[in-house]
Amino acid sequence: MTYGSYVIQHDLDFVIRRGEVFVIMGGSGSGKSTLLNHMVGLKQPARGDVVYDGQSFWGSPPEAQDELRRRLGVSFQAGALWSSMTLAENVGLPLQTFTRLPARQISEIVSLKLALVGLAGYEEFYPSEVSGGMLKRAGVARAMALDPDILFFDEPSAGLDPISSRRLDDLILELRDSLGATMVVVTHELPSIFTIADNSVFLDGETRTMIAYGNPKTLRDESPNPTVRTFLRRGAVDAAAGGAAV
Amino acid sequence: MRGRARFRGSDLLLIIQDCGPRALGIVTLISFLIGLILAFVGAVQLQQFGASIFVANLVAIAMTREIGGIMTAIVMSGRTGAAFAAQLGTMNTNQEIDALSTLGISPMEFLVLPRMVALIVMMPLLTVYADLVGILGGAVVGIGMLGLGPMQYLEQTRDAVHVSDFLVGIAKSVVFGVVVALAGCLRGMQSGRSAASVGLAATSAVVTSIVFLIVLDGIFAVILNVLGF
Repeated sequence: MTYGSYVIQHDLDFVIRRGEVFVIMGGSGSGKSTLLNHMVGLKQPARGDVVYDGQSFWGSPPEAQDELRRRLGVSFQAGALWSSMTLAENVGLPLQTFTRLPARQISEIVSLKLALVGLAGYEEFYPSEVSGGMLKRAGVARAMALDPDILFFDEPSAGLDPISSRRLDDLILELRDSLGATMVVVTHELPSIFTIADNSVFLDGETRTMIAYGNPKTLRDESPNPTVRTFLRRGAVDAAAGGAAV
Repeated sequence: MRGRARFRGSDLLLIIQDCGPRALGIVTLISFLIGLILAFVGAVQLQQFGASIFVANLVAIAMTREIGGIMTAIVMSGRTGAAFAAQLGTMNTNQEIDALSTLGISPMEFLVLPRMVALIVMMPLLTVYADLVGILGGAVVGIGMLGLGPMQYLEQTRDAVHVSDFLVGIAKSVVFGVVVALAGCLRGMQSGRSAASVGLAATSAVVTSIVFLIVLDGIFAVILNVLGF
């Protein structure tokens, strides 16, 4: 993955299994959000590909790419709600555009999705009229509008108070269990990581590649890489390792 | 939703309202003053030959064929083209355009197309309006300064200008509308993700459109001359 001639990450190779909660973690600036952008079809990798169920995304024609995109739901870092539309219109636009449901049914689905994220009653508010945390939650509701197979979350807990953060974690787990959706979460909030993650990948900013892959709890205890262990223990270096290099 | 292109009808109506009725104030002011100035400059020269009546011809032909269209386009570029660039640039900063793309909604269809349609519809109307207001400005000079009678000025104007002159101005205004819309929208979508970049995008939109407007106007002048219009 590159920005111009600057390589931000290279040699990333991992598999996400259907129905699991997969966390992408790493230090700030290591390229987590960039990786997410590549996975949802916003940026093309300089080399390599993104494959869904055996179907190559970047090797497919534009119509097939659009089909694949509709199976994804993306929740952006600050919500990315369309500022000229109300929350209800935001969540409703995917339904209006891609389904033939009548307006009343769309309205019901919208209210349901907003209620799921704790925003019942805020349908007619504009993005500029609600708090940052509410914007993020509305963004999640919009990502869920078409009941996608795969949901992507870019830093879902950033800016949320601990209770809201916990509620969002619970929502992620609930969605996985009830919808069978696969969740890909970019985050560095340790409580969330340990609560929700089944599998994870760790991106390192210095070597600019992935240095760990597996369940975070396992990585915290057994990873051979001190950077990963330190990250997952919130900076507490374990004396027993004695500075062994990788 | 209209046919295969996907944008919201309500968005189109809002943009039309902004490009049309709300622009009337500044278009009126500018066209009136331009008509006035044209008449004044022409009068000073024509008076020497005792040919003041031909001020009416000068203003009418200049406004309908050239000035009405290009001045309206430049005004709209500063007013609406910059607004488009700023709107889309800010949406880019907030990842709103990314949000459309990841859903599979084309930003070109959803954002750019209604803006282009709105200007294509409004520019001819504004241009005809500007032409008439400019002629009125000329009439103020003709009647007030040169002492021509109102009916005299009006008849001279009517005899000087043909429908083809209006049509030339209108045809050009449609092309100008496309230029202003495209420059504004594309600069907006290309902008970087910061406040400074959005400002740059707005400036660049106006500069780009004005350059293309003038160049196209020159090309039209040559083509129309060759074709004998």
